[in-house]
Amino acid sequence: MTEVERPTPVAAEMKAAASLYVDAFERFVGNGAASVPNWLRDRQRQAINEFAELGFPTTRQEGWRFTDVKAIARADFALAPAVDASTIASSVRQYVVGGGNQHVAVFVNGYFAPSLSSVDRLPAGVRLGSLREALDDNVELVKPHLAQLAETGGHPFATLNTAFLHDGALVYVPERTVVEQPMHLLFLSAPVSGSTAVSHPRALVVVEPGAQASVIESYAATDSHQYWTNAVTEVVVGQNAKLDTYRIQRESTAAYHTATTRSVQARDSVFSLIAFTFGSQLSRHDIHAVLDGEGSECTIDGLSMLRERQHSDYHTVLEHAQPHCNSWEYFNGVFDGRSRGVFNGRIIVRPGAQKTDSKQTNNNLLLSQHARADSQPQLEIYADDVRCTHGATLGPMDDDHLFYLQSRGLSRAEARALLTYGFGSEILNAVKIDTLRTDLDRLVRARLAEDGSPS
Amino acid sequence: MLEVKNLHAGIDGTEILKGVDLSVKAGEVHAIMGPNGSGKSTFAQVLAGHPAYEVTEGSVAFDGADLLEMETDERARAGLFLAFQYPVAIRGITNAYFLQSAINAARKERGLEELDTLEFAELLEEKLEAIGWDDSLIHRAVNDGFSGGEKKRNEILQLAVLEPRLAILDETDSGLDIDAVKAVADAVNKFRSPDRAFVVITHYERILNYFTPDRVHVLAGGRVVMSGDMQLALDLEARGYDWVTNGATVA
Repeated sequence: MTEVERPTPVAAEMKAAASLYVDAFERFVGNGAASVPNWLRDRQRQAINEFAELGFPTTRQEGWRFTDVKAIARADFALAPAVDASTIASSVRQYVVGGGNQHVAVFVNGYFAPSLSSVDRLPAGVRLGSLREALDDNVELVKPHLAQLAETGGHPFATLNTAFLHDGALVYVPERTVVEQPMHLLFLSAPVSGSTAVSHPRALVVVEPGAQASVIESYAATDSHQYWTNAVTEVVVGQNAKLDTYRIQRESTAAYHTATTRSVQARDSVFSLIAFTFGSQLSRHDIHAVLDGEGSECTIDGLSMLRERQHSDYHTVLEHAQPHCNSWEYFNGVFDGRSRGVFNGRIIVRPGAQKTDSKQTNNNLLLSQHARADSQPQLEIYADDVRCTHGATLGPMDDDHLFYLQSRGLSRAEARALLTYGFGSEILNAVKIDTLRTDLDRLVRARLAEDGSPS
Repeated sequence: MLEVKNLHAGIDGTEILKGVDLSVKAGEVHAIMGPNGSGKSTFAQVLAGHPAYEVTEGSVAFDGADLLEMETDERARAGLFLAFQYPVAIRGITNAYFLQSAINAARKERGLEELDTLEFAELLEEKLEAIGWDDSLIHRAVNDGFSGGEKKRNEILQLAVLEPRLAILDETDSGLDIDAVKAVADAVNKFRSPDRAFVVITHYERILNYFTPDRVHVLAGGRVVMSGDMQLALDLEARGYDWVTNGATVA
């Protein structure tokens, strides 16, 4: 007798749950408004087929052991439609963290909202706005990069995003162009009457050789409704280019947030990403950064501050494909209540990527005995002349730290608040844009104050 | 100012202090010496209120108040300061921010208005000038990546800003270079005043080359086994600890 591998009931359910999205896809492509060039349509068909094959991941799958997305699979999300931007016009500024002189492109349920955006002071040749528009008027800008990176590697949510790609953000900085002010991509979710909705925000950021820019990506909602954001960002950094990015996830605590960020860097380029996670009940962010040119540098930092039953999962991959590249990764997590943080940091050093220097640190502070964090470093090194280090800490506040602060007159509560703030400010200090750092600092302090510790 | 009577204390069920008596008056500088393992650091930690130590007997009065009934932070706000031998690093918090928080905790206690960042910066500048140091440590995270000497200076800077009534300097097992030793001694000399007392805990007498204590005590086997003046320190330097401690450990 041959043994037949039978799917578990959950695995079968999670695969079946994909069919709802396959049906939605057929309706989506049948809708003329979603028309895209044939090459992209082909990719989308490929993507939805792949998603149907993969289904929603189960906790039996490697990479999803700590993050259970059953609730998303069972919620039957409908594709979020465009909404009337004028209803949120008056409140849009409050979602723009960092304010000031930023160039701001606003997307509501994944659709570019020009009336809410301010993108008219950009240097010549710089594009900040609708991806859809670029598909129509300058497809050559987009075609070499769009959907080239993100859905590789069998990531179900990235493939789903690609399948439903219709609009989104394009940031394009031409060669040797310096954009002084940050460019802000604000992705807002607005409620849809009669259903819970999913939007698939998409961003493509291309910084050509010798150019410099900073991009802020933020995710928020106009109210505390339940929804699902499934985002994908692709980043291409050209030779000698320098790109700093910031990602601020402040979704509603009723929301689900899944995201994939893929970056690829050419020779002597510098790329950084600092990811802040405050919102959503369940979030999962896969970051895969490829150092694909000699002498390039990459920094991936993160701060997660969770409470109640929030769950956040970061899976990061730093892939050294070429020699003489440096990467730094510094993730701090502060977990209160019954919240849970997952950090999985993989460093891959490809054969021949000699003189790689990579350092990974993950510190987790558990503010409550019911909070939990899991930290997993993974080193895959196929070259011999490299330096890769990793370190992780995990646990409640250190008594000796508390004692030291109390011995200087701070009450126990003040000492706890200060130490917690220190976890946050370590990451905040890496933010290079002053107005952004100030605003984020305020967010962190407000969060600490709400949690009952004076800041 | 400080009256320690028959103090017994230990950690994890092991008694380390076995009846310490010590009386310190305002304006005095006391040195507590003793061999390794005599309980010197424990004594400092117990006075500051480290929660890991349990006091099983005896009393400590600080300015007439029952010190043992007070939390660590209450002791600090009442004017007790411990300069740590091994201060911990507080990542992400600058020295300036930390000191401002500490001084405002004390001001709040006294019903004074808290200092804002600007007011505090002025105060800090004044203090730095008084001790003749630059501001290089101020904007770094507290003790993070500091050398031994820098940590020591940082403790002294905190002392200068917080202006305690009683400063306990734990120099036990010190691996400090001579400059750091001098910095500590200078601080004692500079901040010595009629209403402030110092208790300097040290293994080596070399620090006493730079200031003269009013009293010298030898702690051994968890008790003060001998007290005297500067001459006692000189005798210890010449003869070692054995002649004082042998009797003590047997007793």
